[in-house]
Amino acid sequence: MDDYILEMRSITKTFPGVKALSEVSLAVHRGEVHAICGENGAGKSTLMKVLSGVYPAGSYEGEILYGGQVCKFSGIRDSEHAGIVIIHQELALVPYLSIAENIFLGNERRGRNGLIDWNKANADAAELLESVGLHENPVTPVGQLGVGKQQLVEIAKALSKDVKLLILDEPTAALNDTDSEHLLGLIRQLRDRGITSIIISHKLNEIIAIADQTTIIRDGQTVETLDMADPAVDTDRIIRGMVGRDLESYYPERESHPGEEVLRVEDWTVKHATQDRLVVDHASFDVRAGEVVGIAGLMGAGRTELAMSIFGRSYGRDVSGRIFIHGREVKARSVAEAIDHGIAYATEDRKKYGLNLIEDIRRNVSAAALSKLARRGWVNSNEETKVAEESRRSMNIKAPSVSSIVGKLSGGNQQKVVLSKWLFTDPDVLILDEPTRGIDVGAKYEIYTIINRLVAAGKAVVVISSELPELLGICDRIYTLSAGRITGQQPVREATQESLMALMTKERELAA
Amino acid sequence: MTRTVPPKADPGADTAGTGEAATAAALHSGTSDIRALISRNLRTSGIYVAFVAIIALFAILTGGTSLSPGNITNIVLQYSYILVLAIGMVIVIIAGHIDLSVGSVVALTGAVSAVLVIRNGAPWWVGMLAAIAVGLVVGAWHGFWVAYIGIPAFIVTLAGMLLFRGLTLQVLDNISLSPFPPQYQKVASGFLNGLIGGQGYDAFTLLIGGIAVAGYAFSQFRTRVARITYKQPVESFPLFVARIVAVGLVVMYFAWQLAHARGLPIVLIILAVLIIAYGVITSRSVFGRQVYAIGGNLAAATLSGVKVKVVNFWIFVNMGFLAAVAGIIYSSRSNGAQPAAGNMFELDAIAAAFIGGAAVTGGVGTVVGAMVGGLIMAVMSNGMQLMGVDQSIQSVIKGLVLLLAVAFDVYNKRRAGSSR
Repeated sequence: MDDYILEMRSITKTFPGVKALSEVSLAVHRGEVHAICGENGAGKSTLMKVLSGVYPAGSYEGEILYGGQVCKFSGIRDSEHAGIVIIHQELALVPYLSIAENIFLGNERRGRNGLIDWNKANADAAELLESVGLHENPVTPVGQLGVGKQQLVEIAKALSKDVKLLILDEPTAALNDTDSEHLLGLIRQLRDRGITSIIISHKLNEIIAIADQTTIIRDGQTVETLDMADPAVDTDRIIRGMVGRDLESYYPERESHPGEEVLRVEDWTVKHATQDRLVVDHASFDVRAGEVVGIAGLMGAGRTELAMSIFGRSYGRDVSGRIFIHGREVKARSVAEAIDHGIAYATEDRKKYGLNLIEDIRRNVSAAALSKLARRGWVNSNEETKVAEESRRSMNIKAPSVSSIVGKLSGGNQQKVVLSKWLFTDPDVLILDEPTRGIDVGAKYEIYTIINRLVAAGKAVVVISSELPELLGICDRIYTLSAGRITGQQPVREATQESLMALMTKERELAA
Repeated sequence: MTRTVPPKADPGADTAGTGEAATAAALHSGTSDIRALISRNLRTSGIYVAFVAIIALFAILTGGTSLSPGNITNIVLQYSYILVLAIGMVIVIIAGHIDLSVGSVVALTGAVSAVLVIRNGAPWWVGMLAAIAVGLVVGAWHGFWVAYIGIPAFIVTLAGMLLFRGLTLQVLDNISLSPFPPQYQKVASGFLNGLIGGQGYDAFTLLIGGIAVAGYAFSQFRTRVARITYKQPVESFPLFVARIVAVGLVVMYFAWQLAHARGLPIVLIILAVLIIAYGVITSRSVFGRQVYAIGGNLAAATLSGVKVKVVNFWIFVNMGFLAAVAGIIYSSRSNGAQPAAGNMFELDAIAAAFIGGAAVTGGVGTVVGAMVGGLIMAVMSNGMQLMGVDQSIQSVIKGLVLLLAVAFDVYNKRRAGSSR
């Protein structure tokens, strides 16, 4: 029974200022399906990057035993050579190349003259496709396939490399039920052929259905490994492991006095920007003045898509539904209109979508409401500096001056600049998407304090977060989102991490 | 000459409510840490140092000829249209685009004007208005494809380059037209002189130079007072005076040299007006600021409510307008329209913007920087011509200067990025 194909012992990985993994251990038997569970940010992906050599040997502590031998991978090529293949959530296929070309990319089938032998490549590819149950012509461009089939191409690609240990990161997150079913069946077949799989998934019922063992990771530490053959192990048992029991107490106190309704969204439906599926499915929610409302959902549940589509249709296609501000229906067809109606949206990815990193604090703070500083199209730059100075003081932005370049600030201070920018638009409702992602504990506390100050001043705040303790710590009410649908709504005094997690993982058919 | 105005110039700031106290405070407060000022502005000031060095180098190599009154006048006349193009180009580049068509647009606008004025005998101003109209239409055409259809500007303007060159040949029936009436020629080769006399020099030119210096000093002082009212750091008063005096000396020297040649070129007045206007538009108008926002981070600008399509559209309309102005100046200078006019002008204008500190990735650049960049190219070409350097070698040197200037920019940025 103790035939381990992989043992990771006491893996510790630190990034500047953050300990992502602390003494994590993982032992995988040869020929089993091993699931890894944990909340977003628990360290699952980091662990897999350590294993596959993305973080090379030497950049972490601890040791990896693979097939009984200590391995020091210095890159993906090394681990692939040893038969470890990782399939990421974001598929790494080239859409314009054919199936066969993708399968043998970087591993081309060469003839004796050194040129690629296309007949052999296509024949081999056809064989591999057969083994994963994909009935497509190998010369078809991958871009013409659906996500589910692309996933199968990825697996075929892995098989072509003579894989012994297959790692699947959220393989079914983007798949519909039929495709998921097929994929799980395939993983079982591979197990029968002796291929070991590690599967990272948020879909607990899938894990119950397929895994032999499940290791739970929380806050960068191994919590436990469950034997799935044990009948006592069910979804509740896994959830308890994932969320732990200690709700941390670094949330500032706040008295809650919700007032009148500020924002109400009804029947909000959004189609994916490129794929033919709904990312937000008839979602309805409301927020009142002086209230913090949380939106909880796992990755891919449609949280950001919901927020961005409300914010001037910045995301998706075929947006439908109604928005009411102070009880009056409004049309927010562009970001400018949304801002005019008093909606503000602080993005989850401040570097990519929130800030002009090459400009200074002043110009970032004024960016969303420049017209407030202008007369007849001319900006009063002194007034602008004054506004920025006020923000720097009230938000406690730690920078030498307001002409400091934003790209050089720490994450927490950048986030304060983003908040300053939106507060300067004088919004009625602020939607904060992962407001504390990637910032340290002290800055988090400051952000919470700012949020409390805003609601005390009568603003309505919507917080989207992956961290359930955070939502429980700062919200008045929490909506749960699963597969684009609102699956529940709980006042914070009734909600627990377990109850939220159960709603967040609630199935599509049950949700209706 | 406005090229000496530092990029942080901010004329005409709001001074309402400024009293004696603020003025008095202005005399005493402020920072005078020159090293801090220099290091803060290294990226932009490096180009000024290089400019001065290149002027000095060619003054020595040509034995002073390059700084003679006649030659300075020549440089202004010869390169004015490139500088006009560079103004539009730097705005296009700040927004993260490029315009490869401006040479063809210069040719087309000049050709339309020439056909009307020379072939059909229309008044000179009709030709100019028609040229401007054509430029605006061309700009709207580019803007439409870039902003509303979403085709990369590189492709749109590459197509435009072929398209408008072809239309030029059509309009001209593939032959050159010449000459323009005297009024039209005056735009590029006319002078304002002798209006108030002088002995061996043109007093009017000196007067304009003096007014320019006074205007500069006044606007700088107003900015300074406004900054102090808003409790902003300013340079120490002696440093402030030293800067004004230095700028004043350079401008008056320049005016003095012009006054001893043929007086004040009309085209220089046009250029000065454009530089000041666009300098203020880029640094102080909402439109200008949105251009920087789009180039700095398109996604963030979009999510901040900037109407990206509208801004992009007008950026290209403006480029078309300035290309038409350059087309008028060029046709006036060459006293006619030729099918091959304006060939490769776009490359000179793009080089000027990049040498002047604009970033390939967008979001960075100034009108004044682009002017200095263009003048560096102008002084170099002119100096090498005076020295009789072979055309082929000139091209090699210009190519290397462009490459080194951008390499310097990239190096600086990397250093700035890693200095934390």
